[in-house]
Amino acid sequence: MEWLTEVWFSTPQWFQVTAYSLIKIVAIMLPLILAVAYYTFAERKIIGYMQIRIGPNRVGPRGWLQPIADVVKLMFKEALIPAKANRFLFLLAPVLTLTPALAAWAVIPFSDHLVLADIDASLLYVLALTSMGVYGVIIAGWASNSKYAFLGAMRSAAQIVAYEIAMGFALVGVLMAAGSLNFGDIINGQQGGIHQWYVWPLFPLFLVYFISGVAETNRAPFDVAEGESEIVAGFHVEYSGMNFAVFFLAEYANMILISTLTAVMFLGGWHPVFEFAPFTWIPPLAWLLGKIVFVAFFFLWFRATFPRYRYDQIMRLGWKVFIPVTLVWIAVIGICTFHTPIGHWFH
Amino acid sequence: MELNIQPILPEIFICAMACVILVLDLYLKPERRTIAYVLTVMTLLVAAGLYWQDFATGSAVYLNGMFIKDRFSDVVKIAICLLSLLVFVYSREYIKARDLFLSEYFVLGLFAVLGMMVMVSAGHFLALYLGLELLSLSLYAMVAFQRDSSVATEAAMKYFVLGALGSAMLLYGMSIIYGLTGSLDISVVRGIVAAQAAPDNVILVLGLVFILVSLAFKIGAVPFHMWVPDVYHGAPTSSTLFVSTAPKLAGFAIIIRLLVGGLEDLHFMWRDMLIVLAVLSMLLGNLIAIAQTNLKRMLAYSAISHMGFMLLGILAGTPNGYSAGLFYGLVYTFMGLGGFGIVVLLSRAGYEADELDDLRGLNQSHPWYAFLILIFMFSMAGVPPTLGFFAKLSVIQAVIDVELTWLAVIAVLFTVIGAFYYLRVIKLVYFDPPAVAAREISATADLRVLLSANAVALVLLLPMVGPIQEMCTQAIASVVGAF
Amino acid sequence: MTFTQLAFYFFATVLIFAAAMVVSIRNPVKAALFLVLAFFSAACVWITLEAEFLAIVLVLVYVGAVMVLFLFVVMMLDINLARMREGFGEYLPIGGLIAVLMVLEIAIVLTSGGFGEEQFPRPEGHPAGFSDTKELGRLIYTAYVYPFELAAVILLVAIVAAIALTLRKRPDTKYLDPARQVTVKKADRLRVVKMPAEKRADRTTEGEA
Repeated sequence: MEWLTEVWFSTPQWFQVTAYSLIKIVAIMLPLILAVAYYTFAERKIIGYMQIRIGPNRVGPRGWLQPIADVVKLMFKEALIPAKANRFLFLLAPVLTLTPALAAWAVIPFSDHLVLADIDASLLYVLALTSMGVYGVIIAGWASNSKYAFLGAMRSAAQIVAYEIAMGFALVGVLMAAGSLNFGDIINGQQGGIHQWYVWPLFPLFLVYFISGVAETNRAPFDVAEGESEIVAGFHVEYSGMNFAVFFLAEYANMILISTLTAVMFLGGWHPVFEFAPFTWIPPLAWLLGKIVFVAFFFLWFRATFPRYRYDQIMRLGWKVFIPVTLVWIAVIGICTFHTPIGHWFH
Repeated sequence: MELNIQPILPEIFICAMACVILVLDLYLKPERRTIAYVLTVMTLLVAAGLYWQDFATGSAVYLNGMFIKDRFSDVVKIAICLLSLLVFVYSREYIKARDLFLSEYFVLGLFAVLGMMVMVSAGHFLALYLGLELLSLSLYAMVAFQRDSSVATEAAMKYFVLGALGSAMLLYGMSIIYGLTGSLDISVVRGIVAAQAAPDNVILVLGLVFILVSLAFKIGAVPFHMWVPDVYHGAPTSSTLFVSTAPKLAGFAIIIRLLVGGLEDLHFMWRDMLIVLAVLSMLLGNLIAIAQTNLKRMLAYSAISHMGFMLLGILAGTPNGYSAGLFYGLVYTFMGLGGFGIVVLLSRAGYEADELDDLRGLNQSHPWYAFLILIFMFSMAGVPPTLGFFAKLSVIQAVIDVELTWLAVIAVLFTVIGAFYYLRVIKLVYFDPPAVAAREISATADLRVLLSANAVALVLLLPMVGPIQEMCTQAIASVVGAF
Repeated sequence: MTFTQLAFYFFATVLIFAAAMVVSIRNPVKAALFLVLAFFSAACVWITLEAEFLAIVLVLVYVGAVMVLFLFVVMMLDINLARMREGFGEYLPIGGLIAVLMVLEIAIVLTSGGFGEEQFPRPEGHPAGFSDTKELGRLIYTAYVYPFELAAVILLVAIVAAIALTLRKRPDTKYLDPARQVTVKKADRLRVVKMPAEKRADRTTEGEA
């Protein structure tokens, strides 16, 4: 042990920094990928129970090893590349989808001091990165050289651009309430129990944000980009094997990311529901994880409940309902904060 | 920092009214769209009233040096309001007959007016550029407004591409000047440039060249005039009316703000550049206009030559010269308004009276309108009993005052050459047999009355030349005297 | 060489490479993607200049929204490059001449000494708690509020113009108004009719008919 410490301190500074960062990154990535795997399992189980089925129960005890089996199967499948596809972009697309979904985790705080990069504008950083995820979808659709894939990509591009605006405006409301772009400050602004959470004063923005998040991740009922009933599987129809799996990995990582952001920005992050005895015993990280699971459950619930939106309905909801709602509420927050005695409700 | 919005109230009013009309349009049935038109006209009238009521006596800067309010800005702004108002009144029937009578047209017009106001008052490169872009974007859209007409679309495309090029030049020039001075505030720039104004300062020369090129683009001076004939010809005449009048005054205003307000110490540099622009504009404008058979194109080339004359006043570099330029700009815009107003007057649904042959023998059926054309053409040609003569006289005088007699001689020469094609129009109207047997004019009473007043004013205002020139002198004095 | 300098040169090189590819590559979709790369590298260069807010907004607006729409259009267009290059040789001399002139002019300006480092003192670094987002916001809403609002008006004009020039009401589309769809009640569509039960018709006769 002593020997190890000696070796560690004898290494140069840059090595220490890099190695330390790498360890932290791995410490975030591994649980995340594991969470993604078991999120897919949870989805199949939960939707199964909602539809009065049992769901996967053959691999391992009660089916618990099902996601592992899925991964093994996908890994050994052949990765096909269509003959007239653009080879480079075709292979680049899954990476482009996954990278932003993972990179966004760099600024997510797990408790008061547990954050990889505590940057000043972390809210904007996440917004910027999630907006880049669309390139993977567009490039996948275009590089596949297939009609169905292309249609899916086009739908996805228009949809994500539309919902990103609403999402951005919803976050402006959070920014106004917290007076900071830093997630740590945003969470600490919600300290003091459930009545302090931003979900109450920003309720319309909360709804808009979460539903936009569902649309951003191309999930049901907004999954026209996949639309297996009309365009087979949309943008990833030509993908197979590990390439295909990466798209799924990104989609579920994004869902968890959106759940986390919702928990962080509207549900008080790592703060307990009530600031007294039995609740404060539970560690902050557990509170955050609990809230993430709570929100993530809604994604699955939506999928089991709602029929798919028609394309023009999605566009209408984004442009004509959500954007005006957020704009009005931003004005309400501004006016109430500065010109009414109830301004402190919004902070 | 306390924000004083008092001086920009008229601008805020115009902007707010444009937004009101935009929203109101949602609830207006198509047949009641006249409300939008009336509101637009009222807005311009009220804005002019606001400027008149708060007429500046001295010169003051507001909003952190971005906004200058002086006598010059108020004079030009009132003129812009009145010109735009007349443009909308003139073109009402014209756009109705072509299904262009949409609230968006008026909204774009109001925003263009707002852009011009910003340009006229600009005390900062940023404000100047944004005002210019606001004006230009609105104008591109107004030119393209007849979207089913391929000629109009082509005109808008050319206007857009060349206009964007001009804007790019302006930005380039501004950034060079900024690099040298470290400030975008025109009055600060003036101070630093004054200290560094030497003939061998290449940075200043290049910055100035880029700025001048863009200004020439915007007012359409040769050799940066290529867009003018195509745009004037291709655009629906209502938009031509708009493009050819008030924006010229706004262009003059930014030339004054930039060259006189900011870079006057470089006069020895920009004088020669302007001489080239002015001589080429007068030469090319007047010569090519002779070859035109289309009235709108002919007036476009005439506009180019008029811009050359206006530049004569500026390049003199004296307060007298600037005020002569302002006087020329004011007179020209009202003449140009009348010239294209004639085209609007004679046009009706499905018929454009924009060929010279369409004017043939107008005197036999409509002697009064023939007489109006006579006045407009005489005024543009600079024939004595009209304001146009005094406008030309004052700029030529300004040039002679600074001992550029050869330039004055050239200007007179081109005036004589230019007179040829103006007089040819009069010959067509009075001495040629009618082209069409029965010509009907469907223009409404307001157009007839106002166009007549416009023409008659060009003659009847003769006793007022002194006071108007005095007003221009004072306006310019408020710019020059501010330093 | 410090890390910042290294990062600057790296991103600057990528930026220039991407920009060169944008204009030289034949495939328009790839050109658009290189433009995305160029924007991204520019954002990284800005971060090395401590302009985090602007950098992130550049990514958010240009990479995240503008270029997506741009790609959207470019992918759907069938651009005939051969036709676009038709006049290339014809205009090359004059275009090249102008380009060379511009480069020369820039060179003259840059080498004249007016832009030298000694003209502009090195800006001081920011203290630790400095938030450039706050600082930008303060400037935009005080000193630069006038141009800021003007820029907003320009955007409004762009919206109005774009809609006025392109929106066409087509009576022949089979458009369903979602607002009306969601307000439909069961009673509007469904009518429950009570009918007396009928006796079963004779099967054989029906079959023969």
